[in-house]
Amino acid sequence: MKGKMRRFSAARASTASFRGACLRRQPFPATFEMDWQGQKLAEQLMQIMLVAFAAVAFITGYIMGSFQMMLIIYAAGVVLTTLITVPNWPFFNRHPLKWLDPIETERHPKPQPVTSKKKPTKQHPKFPCILY
Amino acid sequence: MHSFGYRANAVLTFAVTILAVMCTIASLSDNLNVPSPTADVKVLNINWFQKQPHGNDEVSLTLNISANLQSMFTWNTKQVFVFLAAEYETQQNSLNQVSLWDGIIPSKEHAKFWIHTTNKYRFTDQGSNLRGKEFNLTLHWHVMPKTGKMFAGKIVMPGYSLPEEYR
Repeated sequence: MKGKMRRFSAARASTASFRGACLRRQPFPATFEMDWQGQKLAEQLMQIMLVAFAAVAFITGYIMGSFQMMLIIYAAGVVLTTLITVPNWPFFNRHPLKWLDPIETERHPKPQPVTSKKKPTKQHPKFPCILY
Repeated sequence: MHSFGYRANAVLTFAVTILAVMCTIASLSDNLNVPSPTADVKVLNINWFQKQPHGNDEVSLTLNISANLQSMFTWNTKQVFVFLAAEYETQQNSLNQVSLWDGIIPSKEHAKFWIHTTNKYRFTDQGSNLRGKEFNLTLHWHVMPKTGKMFAGKIVMPGYSLPEEYR
């Protein structure tokens, strides 16, 4: 396979449906991961959602005079936050890292084993490079 | 926030920390409540009043305890523990407190009550000082929260006395 990057615009990815973005971005099953922007977004989302649910839960419980209602609303908020921020959703991977093209490996192709009538000898590569 | 496990741990830890903060604020909100309880105790009868073989006085009373403790209940109240104590002074001790009756009030609906009973626990003295003794009946309460600080208080009702002679 040639080391060409498939490029997608961020606008296309954001308007694509969940399933479409998943299939177009990475062949299934790809390595599920988040990019750096996605990690920051996940952390911010987690903090904001938890604090917001806590505030809503406390105010509702205080007004209703029910401690149990506060705990129920907060527990629901924690579960919702976990579902949104913990798994590797595709919208966390909208700015994927661009790895460099593998130019180095094209310059130093893996040497082919030579078949000859002589006794087979061990082949040494031209340059001591590590192939990715 | 690198991996699944890292994020799961972060969410749970932060959620529990925020829960602790919420419980602290809930406990602090109890201070906003100013209770206004009322209570009244009548000693209906002195059943018997004797000196026991070990040398201590003992008396048995029939009491009618009525109280309204509804203003003590907040959203953060689990139950109220209430007990009635007889308090008096002797030559030996400056304060004697003897618990005569206690009860647990589980909710606001049960907090307005009256009860007609003999003393649940023995009214026994250290020695034999009870003849003709004047004593106070004090209703103590402990408001037990669902989370946080417990509040205690009391109402003192003076003016009760025991007979001069054994019966």
